[in-house]
Amino acid sequence: MPDIVVTKPRRGGRLSGAYPGWFYLPAAIIFGILFLLPTLVSFFFAVTRWRLTDWTFIGWDNFIQFFKEPFLIKGLFNTVAYAGITSGLKMVIGLALALMLSSRLVSRGYLRSIIFFPVLVSTVGIGLTFSVAMHPTAGLINATLAMVGITGPGWLTNPSLALYSVALVDVWKGVGLATVIFMAGLAAIPRDLYEAANIDGARRPQSFAYITLPMVKSATVTVILLSFIGGLRSFDLIWAMTKGGPGFSSDVLASVVYKQYQAGFYGLSTAGNVVLLLLVAALAFPLAWILNRGNSK
Amino acid sequence: MLRSLWLSSSLMVIASGAALAQDKTTLTFTIQSGADRLAIAAALETAFEAANPDVDIVVDTVPGGEEGDNLVKTRLATGDMSDLLWYNTGSLFQALSPTVNFLPMTDQPFLANVIESFNPTVSAGGQVYGVPLGTAMGGGVLYNRVIYDKLGLSAPKTWAEFMANNAAILADGKSPVIQTFADAWTAQLFVLADYYNVQAAEPDFATRYTNNEVKYATSPAALAGFTKQEEVFKAGYLNPDYASAKFEDGIRQLALGEGAHFPMLTFAVATIAEVYPENVKDVGFFALPGTDAANVGLTTWTPSGVYVNAATAAPEAAMRFVAFMTTTEGCDLQTKAVGATGPYMVKGCTLPADVPQVVADMLPYFAEGGKSAPALEFVSPIKGPNMPQITVEVGSGIRSAADAAAIYDEDVKKQAQQLGLPNW
Repeated sequence: MPDIVVTKPRRGGRLSGAYPGWFYLPAAIIFGILFLLPTLVSFFFAVTRWRLTDWTFIGWDNFIQFFKEPFLIKGLFNTVAYAGITSGLKMVIGLALALMLSSRLVSRGYLRSIIFFPVLVSTVGIGLTFSVAMHPTAGLINATLAMVGITGPGWLTNPSLALYSVALVDVWKGVGLATVIFMAGLAAIPRDLYEAANIDGARRPQSFAYITLPMVKSATVTVILLSFIGGLRSFDLIWAMTKGGPGFSSDVLASVVYKQYQAGFYGLSTAGNVVLLLLVAALAFPLAWILNRGNSK
Repeated sequence: MLRSLWLSSSLMVIASGAALAQDKTTLTFTIQSGADRLAIAAALETAFEAANPDVDIVVDTVPGGEEGDNLVKTRLATGDMSDLLWYNTGSLFQALSPTVNFLPMTDQPFLANVIESFNPTVSAGGQVYGVPLGTAMGGGVLYNRVIYDKLGLSAPKTWAEFMANNAAILADGKSPVIQTFADAWTAQLFVLADYYNVQAAEPDFATRYTNNEVKYATSPAALAGFTKQEEVFKAGYLNPDYASAKFEDGIRQLALGEGAHFPMLTFAVATIAEVYPENVKDVGFFALPGTDAANVGLTTWTPSGVYVNAATAAPEAAMRFVAFMTTTEGCDLQTKAVGATGPYMVKGCTLPADVPQVVADMLPYFAEGGKSAPALEFVSPIKGPNMPQITVEVGSGIRSAADAAAIYDEDVKKQAQQLGLPNW
């Protein structure tokens, strides 16, 4: 009986109670069928060796095999490195661009659209374009460098460079979104704070460090989290540019999983996807918690 | 993808509906895309429909390579497969669960027209499931005859001779060996085409390999393929742009004499003929050399097979079309459509006298007294899917041959387990 006593006043007390709970139902059904159910089912299929027609239960074998993959350690490192580099650069460059585009600047609107434009272009299209531009001899980038006497590197063919070249293209493509988020954050800072600081004798670096940075913190958190999670699951750009090559040098978790699926190792790739899900959760939740810690106070 | 599947299947429904109205049997025929395959399918379709007015053939394409493999597997599993399928033989065929998905042809009279050595590559559970369409190929080294003539070289019979030729070619300022790692599949030839030499040294390799009794890393004969690729890289014999070159770049360098050797399958002659017709005569072919000059043989690739979907509504008409492919008329239609690319595996089929040099160099291996062995993928159901990437690593010095062989063995294990083979 006590539970009725608890729930009744709650229902009446809330304004949102005017809308019945089953208004959530359509969204819940779609979310459940298209996301929740496949996720739960994948936990089961990850412990089987399956084909589209049948399956055999094999316990943890898929996970054991997955972690024995010789390319996996490299892939795991690449995944985290890629996510770290892209989210870090997007934050720094995005903030710098946002500061520039929020100041009084000639042709500000034009520059804003230029910087946002790559976000709108198809990732695969960008990947293919840059893989042509990054060709070691005939590509636009190295041909330009050659004109000033520099021999450019094999951006995508040098095994120790390929992943970072792709990461740079990812930053080029994604920095526009980060910039927009930062510009919204900057616009929300009241002008009076800067005026007050000015009167107190604060210089521009001090205003930036003590007013701007703390005030755009929620924007920063959004940018880092979005691009970090995006970087962890990144696949399309890498696949379009290097297919994980040369050899396995730019493989990330998602491309390893994709190749396993392509080879017909369905159980193994399901296990890989479960690992990817857990990795994203294991890195993203603590990161979100650390970054948001200050906000609740 | 889903939308295009839906669209194509609804188009098929419309097509079959229209055919029903005319009292015709419609046969859908899936092939891997490619200009030469399309030309062959079209030639067969036209001739067969003229002779069999009650049958209407509709050709449908899937992409080649891994993407197409996926599509074919998905269509088979979801019951969306066409009546007939033209697809690889050997290990890729085994991966399609043939005993469930295809109709056996063992009792069909036309099977007597097929050269017997083809049958094992399309057999499963003691039944034959396909007939050959297209020509057999060889895996070995395409070489530029102009460079060879100029330097007074002759086709090598051993690996040592091959490396000596390479040294002479390098001294002349040309790339001795062309590699094109931007298309990773092209990197596999040193290993795949070395199989004649493997089975010459260990005749029971394929069986023991399938039974998990012998490994690439532990068999010296099998490891040799990886070692050869490593040696060529270490000696600095590769074209400077090996990492970024594509297959077409390799064809250009070979045909125009920028490079001397291109380890490749002989089907590449079709590309040379299309892009550099004047240079077809400049390109020759020899088998990948082993250690024994007295035992030089070719690793061969059997033609793809045509299979009949077990769920077809018109098995009789489908078998009639398949039978047509095993006639000499069928072979001649193919030669007319795409030229002579290699020997047919149908009895009585002949090639015209003026074949390209590459084909002329290849035919003696197939002839009476010639030495050849089918590639490993045709005598064992297992082939590791990561071989292209692994051989790219060996060929560009990222990984040692011994390491690569060990990693490839791990890769093979996954395939064997997925196929449910015993002993794995």
